[in-house]
Amino acid sequence: MVEVMYFAWVRERIGEPREQVDTNAVTVADLVEELRGREERYAVAFSDLSALRVALDQELADFDAPLAGVREVAFFPPMTGG
Amino acid sequence: MDVRVQGEAFDVGTELSAFGQGDANVGAVVSFTGIVRDVAGGLDRMEIEHYPGMTEKAIATMVDKASARWGLADSLVIHRYGVMRPGDQIMMVATAARHRVAAFEAAEFLMDYLKSRAPFWKKEFGADGSSWVDAKDEDEDALSRWD
Repeated sequence: MVEVMYFAWVRERIGEPREQVDTNAVTVADLVEELRGREERYAVAFSDLSALRVALDQELADFDAPLAGVREVAFFPPMTGG
Repeated sequence: MDVRVQGEAFDVGTELSAFGQGDANVGAVVSFTGIVRDVAGGLDRMEIEHYPGMTEKAIATMVDKASARWGLADSLVIHRYGVMRPGDQIMMVATAARHRVAAFEAAEFLMDYLKSRAPFWKKEFGADGSSWVDAKDEDEDALSRWD
């Protein structure tokens, strides 16, 4: 079970800020594939991975990173701080 | 090192009057303040969302790097989230070092990293509706000069 969080327009497209996901996905990309297959709103939010960033336990990561031992996965667009 | 992520406004004058004081090694203090700009005209407000927990950690990591690289005597980062109007202060960075080059460079480094590596997202609300601010390629490119 992982906590999946969404921010900015990803959150708006999916319609919720966080959810518990029961998954056996090995990598982030596997998890994305699983979510895409769920419902149209996920397919829309994850249609272009180049427009997305991912953090694993609050550290930026790549989409091919393994999920073993990870508790929190967050998806969001490129950051616009400052 | 002082990192604050907060909803409330801050007072640059108050922050700077105390910053870097009482350290005989400090010969230079540099500060930057970011302000909500009405780029296209008609901006009513900006809302900044962030990732509580990751935001503080990501900023602390960049401040650690800057402190080590430029030997900073002190550093301060304040970044707000929530609703802000044109003219409001969004964030500030201050660095204290022995010499000005170190203080200036460290402040620029922190600004470049805050722009694209701190988990904040800006949304603008105007007469024509709302839109998320897109990250710019040049902001990403700016990071490479610190490699």
